[in-house]
Formats: sequence, C-alpha cells, structure tokens
Amino acid sequence: MSDFTSEFWSWFIIAIAGGGIIWLTWILASNTKTTGEEGVPTGHVWDETLEELNNPLPRWWSIMFYITIFFSIGYLIMYPGMGSFKGLLGWTEVGQYEQEVADADAEFGPLFEKFEKTPIPALAKDPDAIVAGERLFASYCAVCHGSDARGAPGFPNLRDSDWLYGGSPEQIQTTIMHGRQAAMPSWEAALGGEQGVAEVASYVMSLSGRKVDETLAAAGKTKFDMFCVACHMEGGKGNQALGAPNLSDNVWLYGGSERTIRETIAKGRNGKMPAHGEFLGSAKVHVLAAYVYSLSQK
Amino acid sequence: MNNETMTYEYSVVRQFAIMTVVLGIVGMLIGVFIASQMAFPALNFDTPWLSFGRLRPLHTNAVIFGFGGSALFATSYYVVQRTCHTRLFAPGLAQFTFWGWMLIIVLAVVTLPLGITSSKEYAELEWPIDILITIVWVAYAVVFFGTIAKRKVKHIYVANWFFGAFILTVAMLHVVNSAAIPVTLTKSYSAYAGVQDAMVQWWYGHNAVGFFLTAGFLGIMYYFIPKQANRPVYSYRLSVVHFWALSFTYIWAGPHHLHYTALPDWTQSLGMVFSLILLAPSWGGMINGIMTLSGAWEKLRTDPILKFLIVSVSFYGMSTFEGPMMAIKTVNALSHYTDWTVGHVHSGALGWVAMISIGAMYYLIPKLFDTEIYSKKLMETHFWIATIGIVLYITSMWISGIMQGLMWRAINADGTLTYSFVESVQAMHPFYVVRATGGALFLTGMLIMAYNLARTIAQGKAATDAVVPAAATAH
Repeated sequence: MSDFTSEFWSWFIIAIAGGGIIWLTWILASNTKTTGEEGVPTGHVWDETLEELNNPLPRWWSIMFYITIFFSIGYLIMYPGMGSFKGLLGWTEVGQYEQEVADADAEFGPLFEKFEKTPIPALAKDPDAIVAGERLFASYCAVCHGSDARGAPGFPNLRDSDWLYGGSPEQIQTTIMHGRQAAMPSWEAALGGEQGVAEVASYVMSLSGRKVDETLAAAGKTKFDMFCVACHMEGGKGNQALGAPNLSDNVWLYGGSERTIRETIAKGRNGKMPAHGEFLGSAKVHVLAAYVYSLSQK
Repeated sequence: MNNETMTYEYSVVRQFAIMTVVLGIVGMLIGVFIASQMAFPALNFDTPWLSFGRLRPLHTNAVIFGFGGSALFATSYYVVQRTCHTRLFAPGLAQFTFWGWMLIIVLAVVTLPLGITSSKEYAELEWPIDILITIVWVAYAVVFFGTIAKRKVKHIYVANWFFGAFILTVAMLHVVNSAAIPVTLTKSYSAYAGVQDAMVQWWYGHNAVGFFLTAGFLGIMYYFIPKQANRPVYSYRLSVVHFWALSFTYIWAGPHHLHYTALPDWTQSLGMVFSLILLAPSWGGMINGIMTLSGAWEKLRTDPILKFLIVSVSFYGMSTFEGPMMAIKTVNALSHYTDWTVGHVHSGALGWVAMISIGAMYYLIPKLFDTEIYSKKLMETHFWIATIGIVLYITSMWISGIMQGLMWRAINADGTLTYSFVESVQAMHPFYVVRATGGALFLTGMLIMAYNLARTIAQGKAATDAVVPAAATAH
C-alpha cells in the first residue's frame, strides 16, 4: 500500500523537501559570494561592549555545507525519500531484510537441513549440533529457563528427568514447535473457601511423603478425589497428556511450601510456553529439541 | 520616561539563576543514583518509586526542564533586557513564569515516582501539567517578545534570535506532541496512534534537543562568550546563515530516531539527509563561539569562566559531528538501542548544555548580587572535576555501546548468535561503574559550585539592580 492517501501529499513532500534544500543552497550561496573584509565590525553595539565583526564565511565550512547538500541530493535520487518516488536503486527496508534473511538461509540452511535429517536421539550425540543447540538455547530459551536450563519458579527445570508434557524427543519437539498452555483453574470457591484449600493442600503435601495433619489431609483427599483427580489422576500421579504435574514426586514448578501450594490451589496457575515454530523454523526447533533432550540424558 | 532611574529587572533572574544550581544538583543526583542502579540493580531496594523506570524520567525532566529550563529563563530574561536596553516587559508576568515553572517541577517530582506518566520520552508529564506548561510558556513568550518590542536599539542582537526561535518552536512542539484524550485526572491517551504517534513523538523529541537544548543554549553562548572574552562576535554573516539553516533543518531530523522501524522508507531517508545537512549549520555556532576568542586565546589560561564556555562549545562541536554520523542508517544499525546513544546524549547534555550553563551562572550570579566570585580557585577545581567526569562518562559509554552493538550482531560459523543478551549485559558492568563514577564527579563539581556561589551571594547585595543606560549610549 502506498504511504500517501493521494498524489497531492507526495508532491507536497517533494515541494517542501526539495524547496528546503534549494532554499538552504540559496542562503549559503548568497552569503558566500560577497567576501566581506576581515575584522571589520558591523557598527552595532549592544549592552555597552557587544559588537559583531562581519568576517566572511570560512571557506572550508562552506565547502563542507555544499558537500552535505550534494550528498543529500544524490541520496534522494538513489533512495526513496521524495514522496512516492522510489529511488533509482529500488531499495526498500523490507527488501533489505528479506535479502539478508535469504543470504543467511543460503549460507546456514544446508547445515541445519543436515541436522534436521538426523533423528533427535542421534543428533543429541552430535557435538556440532549440540553446540548450535546450546547457542540457540542461550538466545531464545535462557530468558525463562535460565542459562543453565535449571529453570526458575514457574519455568520448568529441563535438566531433571521430570517432564510436564513428556520427555520423549517427539514430545519435546512438539512443546517447542507449538508451545504449551497450562490451565490450573482457581479452586477457592469450589472448595468452599480457605478451609477447603487448606485441606486439599495438606493432602497434596502428604502425597510426596511429608508430615501433615491427618484429619485435614483425610478431608482433603475426599475433595481431591472429587475435583483434582480429573487432571492430576489417582494419587496425584499427574497426566502428561494434559501437562498436569505429578504431585507425588516433590518437584514443584511454583514452589512446594505450604503457602505456595495453597496459593496455587486457591488462585490457579496459567503457565505458558510460547510457540517457536513459526519464527525459528522446523530445522532449528529440531536442533533445540535435540539439545534439550541431551540435557536429561546425562 | 526618565531613564536615569530605570533599572533592569533582576529579581526573577536571581530566582531562576539560584534554581539552576539547585535543580542541577537534584537532577544530577538522581542521575548518579540511577546510573548506579544500572551497575548494581539491588539499589532499587525493591521499592517501586525508587525503581529505574520511574526515576529515569524524573532525572531527564529535572535536568532538562528544571536545570536547563531555569538556566534558559535566567539568561534569556537577563540578556533580552541588557541587549534591548530596556527593563523587562511585564515583570509580574515574569514572576508568574518563575512560580509556575517551579510548580511544574514539583508536580513532576511527585507524579513521576508515583508512576503517573504519558510514557512519551521527555514529555512524560500528564495532561493537567501539560496545560500548565502551555500557560507558563505563553506567559514567557509575552515577557520575552514584549521586551523585544519595547527595545531601545534598532537591531535585535543575535542571542535574542536564538532565544526567540527556541521559545516559539518549543511552544509548537509541546502543544502538538502533548495532544491527548484525557481519561482521568492522571491518565490520558495520545491523540495519535501507531507509527504516526512515534513520528510525532520523535519530531518533538529531537527538537527538544534542537531547540530547547541547542537553540536556547546558543543564545546563551552568543551573549556570554563575547562578554566574558570582551571580544566582538566573529562573524555576523555566519550567524545569519547558521541561524536560518539550523532552524529550518532541525525540524526534519526526528525520523533518525526511528531508522529500521515501521516508519516509511521515504520518511527515514529525509530524516537522515537533513540530519547530515545539519552538520554545517551546527558547526557555524561552534565556529562563531570559538573564533570570537581569536586574539584573546591567552585569557583561556587564566579565566575559568571562559574555560567552561569554550570547552562547552568544543563539546557542542563534537556531539553535533557525532549526531549526523549516527543518523546515517548503516552507522545507526550498529549504534541504535546501545549505550552509544546514551554517551552521545550526555556529551551534549553535560559537555555542552551543563558546561555553558555553569559558565553563564559563574558570570551572572556575582553580577546579580553586585559582587565578585567568592573563590576563583574553587571555580578552577570545579572545571577540572567536571571535565574529567564528562570524559569518563562519554568514553565508557562509547566503549560499552560499540561493544554492545558488536556483540549483538556477532554470529558463529553455524549462523547462531555468538552472545546471548545477558552476556552483553554482563560485559557492560565495568563500564556502568565507570559511568556512575564520571557522573558522581560531575555532581561533586556542582556541589563545589553551590558552595562557592552561596558564599558569593552571602557577601553580595541582592537589592541592587543595574541601571538601564540612557538612550544616548544605546546604538
């Protein structure tokens, strides 16, 4: 789409930009012609002592001014600038971007195509691929998962063998490619307020063998079996198809203190892994998957 | 009217001159604090109103509009009277501009840390304050141009051209860029959307530099350098050419802040070429400043005020060379979003704006209180501490910025980025420490200045305003 709603605006830009350059040239030229005498005052005096000499413009300065003007005229002939005139070179910002991406693809594409043809478990043992994967990880993943991939509260540790959505090469690749959207709803109202939350929290803590108030946990189990079991399964073993965490292994995405567990139950959680397929492309996702897979194989 | 008894109106000049020093210290103190936060993030103390995002706009507002603005008010009110050979027009209105401007600064100090912001850089203050700024600015224009109108000399002195251009253009920039739809008393939305909003913002932003921080301060330069050197201005002809060329060209340069963005290609190109053309008009001011001293170079050795003034013009020349270079697209592709920009801004802000304001205040304040400076030696000390501070600041940001730009674009043989973002942040740490040190030195200089000027004022007499010369002496 054109940047201008009508040709008038294009001509308007040409007129004021071109006219401006002509005007600048005129004001410079008309003051360069007459070389005044060196060191002669204009005759005006202000505030007792303020006077002005009328020295001519320094020659080197005028030349510098002309050079910038001529360069600008040349630039506006070669590049877009004068309204809708595209410039002789046909350069555009988008064109330059596309060219640079195409050049990069031509240079680095074959390498990644070679990687993509190798199955992930084998690629995870290819040192070149792992180095590339590690660098990609540092650029795209480390912000959330940490430079060491050990995660942070709310962002899974990728070096352990505990997986929310599964740790098989295909599952890891799917996670990176398409992203994941977790949905732990807020349960405070359904559980009947704080008391219900406390009961379920006690039961959840008991699942990983922690000492809890028996009566509270028993009441919590009833509620757990009614509501939570649908996703977290019997005994809180979790369900990777849904990304519902295993609650019996003492690995806590958002923290395992009683306070945090209660907060998670009461308020819910909405973890989000963004999809990377569209902007990284399948080959780079493949290499990243191999790198992440390699982390849990050590 | 009996000119024998007519005196210049100095009280408003005194008020603004003192606030120049006070607000300079406040603004630079915040600057040093947030520069330290960049090196040591724990210094935000997990307190929202102490966080960088809220204090940074307070720093810029305090130094540009508090410190720089007060210096411009003080000097323009002083210069316009002295060079028009007449008392300030509507002194009551001038008093209103002082108290109004101070109220604006106080409101900035309250609202910005609270997170109340329009989010437009250098125009963060919300709409009720924007309206107040407009009212004060109109009053300023009435006082200034009213004084010009009743001048007793035929020719308008060159300093007043620059002050006049600065006042008119800033009025236009402020009104257009701050146009917004209010939602509540503390919240509004810009009248523009998307890339148009960005373009209007940087049209404003770059000309806040061009007219507030350049044209206005060139006005200061054109009075205080010839006065202090006691030499005529080098070239009237040069001042005519560079005044018109600078005023016309600056207005076009804003798009260079938006290279390689959604801004249309033609707009970016025009921004770039006019930024390049701007080099010569900018240097015209530098030449006129420095060459005014020709034949009196030896004064630089002994006169600390001239040192401040001439060094400031040198930094002006340096940053107005650097600016057009950074506006070239290929250079900008490296420099944009890096610390190089921060270094560039501060070579202008500390080197040019602050140094010339300091020089002008050292000239002005003893005269306003009819006395001599308390200690020439402390002035000298201030000069060297400030200069070393600036050099540390600028060089550290150059190195850090260019390093940052190179790290961001470095790629490995497999096409992946060599450095993750956090590695570039880590690499900047030592330079952030040097930068904060440079800033702290500059602030120390300001404190020395405050002490020196306080002692000067204490020994002076506030009540004496100089007598306007009789018409016969006016040419």
